[in-house]
Amino acid sequence: MNPEIRELYQQIILDHNKNPKNFGKIDPYNHHAEGFNPLCGDHLHLYLHTEGDRIVNISFEGGGCAISKSSASMMTAFVKGKTVQEAETLFNRFHEMVTGTGKSDEDYSDLDKLAVLQGVREFPVRVKCASLSWHTLVAALKQPETVISTE
Amino acid sequence: MIPLNSNFESKPVGLDVEKIRKDFPILDTQVSGRQLVYLDNAATTHKPVAVIERMKKYYESENSNIHRGVHFLSQLATKEYESAREKIRGFINAGSTREVIITRGATDSINLVAQSFGRKFIGAGDEIIISEMEHHANIVPWQMLCESTGAVLRYIPINDNGELILEKFDVLLNSRTKLVSVTRCSNALGTINPVEYIIEKSHQQGTPVLIDGSQSIQHGTIDVQKLDADFFVFSGHKLYGPTGTGVLYGKEKYLREMPPYQGGGDMILNVSMEKTTYNDLPYKFEAGTPNIAGVIGLGAAIDYINSIGMDLISAHEKELTRYALTGLSSIWQVILIGEPKNRAPVFSFILEGIHPHDIGTILDFEGIAIRAGHHCAQPVMERYCIPATARASFAVYNTFEEIDKLVLGIRRVLEVFS
Ligand SMILES: Cc1ncc(COP(=O)(O)O)c(C=O)c1O
Repeated sequence: MNPEIRELYQQIILDHNKNPKNFGKIDPYNHHAEGFNPLCGDHLHLYLHTEGDRIVNISFEGGGCAISKSSASMMTAFVKGKTVQEAETLFNRFHEMVTGTGKSDEDYSDLDKLAVLQGVREFPVRVKCASLSWHTLVAALKQPETVISTE
Repeated sequence: MIPLNSNFESKPVGLDVEKIRKDFPILDTQVSGRQLVYLDNAATTHKPVAVIERMKKYYESENSNIHRGVHFLSQLATKEYESAREKIRGFINAGSTREVIITRGATDSINLVAQSFGRKFIGAGDEIIISEMEHHANIVPWQMLCESTGAVLRYIPINDNGELILEKFDVLLNSRTKLVSVTRCSNALGTINPVEYIIEKSHQQGTPVLIDGSQSIQHGTIDVQKLDADFFVFSGHKLYGPTGTGVLYGKEKYLREMPPYQGGGDMILNVSMEKTTYNDLPYKFEAGTPNIAGVIGLGAAIDYINSIGMDLISAHEKELTRYALTGLSSIWQVILIGEPKNRAPVFSFILEGIHPHDIGTILDFEGIAIRAGHHCAQPVMERYCIPATARASFAVYNTFEEIDKLVLGIRRVLEVFS
């Protein structure tokens, strides 16, 4: 197999794509946002339940490519239990990683499994796929009900 | 490379594909170390050297503004531009160059009809019929018109094979129908529609018909008079010509009655402070300096096509279509979206559990260019309850070997996701 393909489609990405974590609609939830990627028709719902400033529960629904689905799956697993401020900091870190705006040898191990999405920065058209769920997360945290678009 | 379907009978159709490929320099492109396999021709076709050189020649030795200069170059540019219009006329067999309006593309042509014909002849309570398989370019201009006039948009539905349900069209057509606008061939499904029937039926009650020829013009001979289309539109860039060029053919009896679309230079005979007298056809609809080099390039594209022969191109593409159908059907995971009896060399497909975007990215690693997305035909995606498809579409320069590579590439995608 072409090593570049494997670099992008790592096993963990394929696993999350096949068996996504936190998939479905939680009950109760007090934040919800909808994310669109008009380019590829990706459409994602994000549900959050916060208590105080802590995200106690989170889930997503919707279809998308392996990159966007695995990213949403890993993101929800990672931010569950974190505070809103922590989630926003992670968003910035993640965004820096996938857009390649940070230092080229930057260590993203603090993002845990999400670091496997680092390969995405080599594929400008796929960056939106990886970041859709994150943009939706930020939108959901700002307002209880929002529709956002990556365009 | 040995064809995968080695028992496939490849009939010689008299077209020397290898020779034709040499006319398209871009086909030599290497993508991540591999030879480009370009299968996104429904989005745009590549341009032969003849077109590129013709445009270069224009800028090097003929460049000037048209229809407005007494000097040598302006007369030369005007002559070449008008000669391109004549080539276009001949190519579609319009009765007169007065009926050949040059636009920026199919989208521009449809908007022209919607704004000009639509605003004059379509009012509140009137109806426009389109279909569920239209490109957004043949949906949105009508929605905009309906919004501003109070007219109503009706859709001819499609069956599971991706074909128009004509019985439904018969029911939709009524005395309030002021225009029917349908595509000859779907860019999302590959379906070739029986537009002859739609035209005949509409004409029985005097309703004009616009045919979107964007996906058919490059695949077969067209005679707009024989077809009896009232309007026929297409883009130059899908016909081996430059981007930013397009055509609106319209019957003179309609064009004459239609008000100008845009105002400006070239479309007037005389402008005084009080009143403007509009220019004759076709100039009435051509405000401002057009894409002169592009239109001359489109003329060269038509010459190029004629030098090969549209019949040979069609025959070759039919072989490619049959071969691709056999190849794609050999992979059981491939689900074709649209299985029409009458199909152009355009295939939409999905793989269970694998998003088209991932298919597109992995094929790109192999140097294979396909399109992944909704193809500006979201109603079609809605109809099939899918967000997107992968689409492979062929042109005169494609080969059996490239289809083999596509089939192998799809197997590779399945491997990655296995
Ligand atoms: C069927 C159909 N109609 C209209 C268009 C619009 O063409 P353009 O974008 O060149 O104006 C396309 C292009 O994809 C098409 O496939």
